[in-house]
Amino acid sequence: MIELLQYDFFSNAILAAILTAVSCGIIGSYIVARRMVFIGGGITHASFGGIGIAYFLGFAPMIGAGVFAVLSALGIHYFTHKGKVREDSSIAIWWSLGMAIGIIFIALKPGYAPNLMSFLFGSILTVMKTDLLYMLVVSLITVLVFAIFFRLITMISFDEEFARARSLPVDFFNYMLIIISALVIVTSTRVSGVILVLSLLTLPQATANIFVQSFRSMMWFSILIGLFGMISGLYISYYTNLPSGATIIVTLTAFFALGKLIKALFAVSKN
Amino acid sequence: MENLLEIKNLTVKYGTYTALQNANMKIGPTDFIGVIGPNGGGKTTLLKAILGLLEPSSGEVIFSEQLSNQKTDIGYLPQVNKFDSRFPINVIDVVLSGLAGKRNWVKPFNSANKEKAMQLLTDLGIAHIANKPIGQLSGGQMQRAFLGRTLISDPKLIILDEPGTYVDNKFESELYEKLVQLNKSKAILLVSHDVGTIFAHVKSIACVNRELNYHPSNIITPEQLASYNCPIQIITHGEIPHTVLGVHNHKHHH
Repeated sequence: MIELLQYDFFSNAILAAILTAVSCGIIGSYIVARRMVFIGGGITHASFGGIGIAYFLGFAPMIGAGVFAVLSALGIHYFTHKGKVREDSSIAIWWSLGMAIGIIFIALKPGYAPNLMSFLFGSILTVMKTDLLYMLVVSLITVLVFAIFFRLITMISFDEEFARARSLPVDFFNYMLIIISALVIVTSTRVSGVILVLSLLTLPQATANIFVQSFRSMMWFSILIGLFGMISGLYISYYTNLPSGATIIVTLTAFFALGKLIKALFAVSKN
Repeated sequence: MENLLEIKNLTVKYGTYTALQNANMKIGPTDFIGVIGPNGGGKTTLLKAILGLLEPSSGEVIFSEQLSNQKTDIGYLPQVNKFDSRFPINVIDVVLSGLAGKRNWVKPFNSANKEKAMQLLTDLGIAHIANKPIGQLSGGQMQRAFLGRTLISDPKLIILDEPGTYVDNKFESELYEKLVQLNKSKAILLVSHDVGTIFAHVKSIACVNRELNYHPSNIITPEQLASYNCPIQIITHGEIPHTVLGVHNHKHHH
């Protein structure tokens, strides 16, 4: 198994898994704790619009996706808080608008779009050095922000009104964290694609939540579970020749089921 | 004695709707004010204006110098149903979060902070659940934990929004006893629809129904209530010595 690591594509994939596990472990916990999972879904799918435009104009898809993800994150926030649109509706608007724009620009480009499947379902085995650089930067920002401001982020997430009554910088952090979430989501689509990435942000957290209840331990456990799930999923997909993104998601789901089973067995043995 | 804060000609509008019209009130350092009024009459708006959660359309809330320290001098106990009770946070961390203030949000809590939090939890009778996630608490335990958060910063003014909802009677009477104790050194502003209980403990009453009428004692007659335009249901509580009230049958403007 170790000898696979001498291949550049495989060691790149492992590095991508590590960086994604860290950023998704942290941001996913934040998103789950604040019940923002479907905002995450909206951002993810909206980013496809940027991929389409980037593909049409011939620049890096990750840049296009990043711009669209951040715009849609701010757009959802703005529609909901200033535009008096109900949150789930504004998520749906951005969700499908992004996908529509993506499809239109891909159709406008002559010829078959060879990478379409990898954008939709991910391909961790084709991760390149520039992708790793983006992932590294985004993971570092995430770790730093949560390491320094953990207490404040917990307070704002738990009771926004109380935080406001104490004159804490609530709006600034809400915007900053939604932008960081958008960036984490976009870099993570390299692993499992636009359609499957939501699982990377929720499955490790749900599994962690079976065993731990505090915000901090949820983040640590999610990182470990995500890492273990992604690397084992990667190996399984390599040896079975199955699509990597989908295999990773199924592996993470199996971990979740296993976690529930272990918990149930413990409960039985205690009684 | 100098007032802690003064509400001066305060008007709050939501769009074209006026929630609070030209309100005036002073809160002294050992006041115990019960805020009553019909639902939608502006009680919560008044609290939010004091807490700085909304911009008044005109008028102002003036804080004395005693209250200027990082806003931690105001303790706030919101309605318990406002929280996400499944948020991953432990009881002790909820209590400690009460220490966070304007210029104090990066530094980690030290052991003195944690000792103080544990002391409060012991006083409130919930030290044994300090490390439990709040999702596993009963309504009464939850309210105790939030009272801990309200008190840990040693506030000079305590604002409570319907603290009697969702809790057991035992905790409710404990709470009012505790408030009477705290009132020796702190001002208290208590919003409740449970008028009978309020009158037994407060020193003065503020009727809020778009306008604010301040009544400087806890004895109030239906006629006075009517003149304050405060259409609330009053139940006679015979066992409360200071307050004998009849059910009022006046017609009021809503």
